[in-house]
Amino acid sequence: MDATEIGLWGVPLAILGGAIRVSTPFIFVSLGEAITERSGRINLGLEGTLVFGAMTAYAVAVMTNSPWIGLVAAAFAGLCFGLFHGWICKFPKVNDIAIGIALMLFGSGLAFFFGKPFIKPKAPNLPAIPFGRWSDIPQVQAALDVNVLFLIGAVLSVILWWAFRNTRAGLIVRVVGDSSDAARAMGLNPDTVRLLATGVGGALAGIGGAYLSLYYPGSWTERISSGQGLMAVALVIFARWNPLGCFAAALLFGGAGALGPALQSVGVTQGYYLFYAAPYILTLIIMIATSSPTRSLAGAPGELSITK
Amino acid sequence: MVDTVTSAGMPAVFGASGYPAALEWIARRAEAFVIPLVALVVGMALFSLFIALVGKSPILLYETMWRGGFGSWFSVQNSLSRAAPLLLAALCVALPARLGLVVIGGEGAIVLGGVAAAAIGVALNGAPCPIVILAMGVAGMAAGGIWIGAVGALRHYRAVNETISSLLMAYIAIALMNQLVEGPLRDPASLNKPSTQPLAQIYRIGNIPGMDVHWGLVVGVVACILSFVLIEKTRWGFAARIAGGNVRAAQVQGLAVGPLIVGFTALAGGFAGLAGMLEVAAVQGSANASLAAGYGYTGILVAFLARHNPLAIIPVAFLLGGIDASGGLIQRRLDLPDATVLVLQGLIFIVILFSETFYGRFKAFNPDLWKRPDLLGGTA
Repeated sequence: MDATEIGLWGVPLAILGGAIRVSTPFIFVSLGEAITERSGRINLGLEGTLVFGAMTAYAVAVMTNSPWIGLVAAAFAGLCFGLFHGWICKFPKVNDIAIGIALMLFGSGLAFFFGKPFIKPKAPNLPAIPFGRWSDIPQVQAALDVNVLFLIGAVLSVILWWAFRNTRAGLIVRVVGDSSDAARAMGLNPDTVRLLATGVGGALAGIGGAYLSLYYPGSWTERISSGQGLMAVALVIFARWNPLGCFAAALLFGGAGALGPALQSVGVTQGYYLFYAAPYILTLIIMIATSSPTRSLAGAPGELSITK
Repeated sequence: MVDTVTSAGMPAVFGASGYPAALEWIARRAEAFVIPLVALVVGMALFSLFIALVGKSPILLYETMWRGGFGSWFSVQNSLSRAAPLLLAALCVALPARLGLVVIGGEGAIVLGGVAAAAIGVALNGAPCPIVILAMGVAGMAAGGIWIGAVGALRHYRAVNETISSLLMAYIAIALMNQLVEGPLRDPASLNKPSTQPLAQIYRIGNIPGMDVHWGLVVGVVACILSFVLIEKTRWGFAARIAGGNVRAAQVQGLAVGPLIVGFTALAGGFAGLAGMLEVAAVQGSANASLAAGYGYTGILVAFLARHNPLAIIPVAFLLGGIDASGGLIQRRLDLPDATVLVLQGLIFIVILFSETFYGRFKAFNPDLWKRPDLLGGTA
C-alpha cells in the first residue's frame, strides 16, 4: 500500500499515467496500420513486427549503448517485415490476413531466437520529460513522466491526419485503398503503393516495439507483447482509419491496460487477472458496438478485405 | 483460399483431352499433393539456409530432427502424443475455414475446455467412471463450442471480424482460466503452480494398449474422419462449402447461412475444447497454466498446411508433432534456442501460403488444358 498518501485518488492518477505510458506502442502500431489499411491491405503481422522490433531495439541498444540507434534499428527491421508482407501479398491468391498470421508467428519466433542472449543485459532507456516537476507528490511526478516517443506519436498523428487530406501522397494512398481500378486508371501501380504503405506501417510498428523494450516495461522478455499489435489493428477499425481517432483510441486502450496495475497498487487484488484482461474485453466490446451487418463502415477503404 | 472440390469423388468419364481417364483423374488430384509437398521442401531448404547462416550444420539439424521426432519407436510415440491435441486444434481452424472464416483463437477454447472438464471431473468425484469421463468430454466440448460459436455468431449477426475477435477471446479465456484456477477452483495444495484439484486416478484416461500414447490420438483421428464425412458427404457440409465460396449465392439459394456458421464454429470450438479436456484427463490430471501450451497456434499451421482438409490434417499433425517433439533435442545437441522450431514453423507457414498462388497455373494438373494450351493463364 504505497499509495496511502493520496488514497484512492491514486487510481485515476495511475490510470492517467498508465494511459500515457501504455498507449505509446498502440499509437505507433495503429498509425502504421492505418496507413497500411488505407492503402487497401491489412497486416496482422504487426504483432510479430512489434516483438521483433522490441528485441532489435534492445539488442542494438545493449551493443551500441545508445537507445536511439536501437530505435532506428527497430524501425529498419519493421520496414523489412512490412516490405516483405507488401511484396508477398501482391501475388494472386495470396491472402493478406493469413500471411499476417504467419508473420506474427515468424516474427515472434525470430525475435525469441535472436533475443535469447539479451534477456540478461541491461540496455540504456529512452529519455522521458518530467512534466510533473511542479508537484511534490511522487505519484503525480510518476504519472507525468512523459516519454519523448509519446509526444512524437501525438505530433505524428496530427501530421498524418493532415497529410491524408492535403497531400498528394495521402491522396494516392486513399485512391489505391478505395479502388484499384481507379488507381490504375490514374496511372498508379496499386502494388507499389501498397508495398510502400505496408513498409512504412511496419517501420512504425518497429518503433512501437522499441518503446516496449527501451522504456516501458523497459526490458526484453519473451512475453513483452501480449497482443498489443493485434489490438492496435482492431483499434484502427474502431478509429475509422482516422489518425486522430487512432491517437484517442490508443489513450483509451492504454487507460484500460493500466487498470489492473493501478488497482493493484492500492491493494485491490480481487479479480486481478480479469482486470488484466480489460483491454481485450474493451476491444471486443468496441468491435461489437461499432460493427454492423447491414451497412459498411463509414470511412472504410473499399479494397480492404475485412470490410468487404 | 477456399478450394472448391465439387468434382472430387467423381472420376472423369469423358476425357476432354482424349488421354486415359485414369491419368486425368490422377492429374487432377496430384496438384493438391505436389504443391504443398514442394512448398514444405522449399520451406525446409530456406530453414537450412537460415541455420547455415547462424553457423550451425543443417545436416546435423535435420538428422537430429529425424531422430527426435521420427527415427525410433520411442520418438514416434512422442510425436503421436503431441499430434493428438494438434488434430483437434487444427479442426478448430479447418472447419470454419471451409465457410470462409479465419478463426485463430483455438487456444482459448482449449483452455476453457480443460477448465470446464476439470471442474466437472472434480465435482462428480465418486460417480461411475464412464459417466464422469463422458461428462468431462461434454463439458469440455460445450465450453469450447460456446466460446468459438460466439465468434461465429458475432461474425454473422454483427459482422465482427472473426480473426481478431477469436484471438481477443483467446486472451480473455486465458485470463478467465487464471482467475478461476487462482481463485474459486484452486486446490490449496498446489503452491507453486496454481491448479484445480487433481482428478481421481480412476478418471484419468490411459494409454492405447501396446503404446505409450493416450487415447486422445484415437479421439483426434476419429474427429478428423467425422469432419471429413460431414464436409464432403452431408448436405450440411455441401451447404457450408457453398456458403464458403459465396455467401450471397448461398443466401439466394435459401440456405440458412447464420445457423450454418454458428453450428460449424461451435463444432470447431467443441473439438478444441475436447483437446483441452484430453490434456486434463490424460496428461496433466488437473487444469493449470500448462493448458495454454500453444497447441491452438500450432493447430493454425497444421490446418493451413492441410489446406483445411480434415483427412490431410492427420499426417500433417504427425509431421508437426514430430518437429515439435524434436525441439528439446535440437536445443541440446546443436545449442540452439528453443524458438528454433518456431522459426521453422513460421517459414513453412509463409511458404505454404505463398504456394497458393501456384494453384491452377500448371498445365500438367489440368487435363482440360492438355489440348488447349491457349487457355492457360486466362482463367487466373
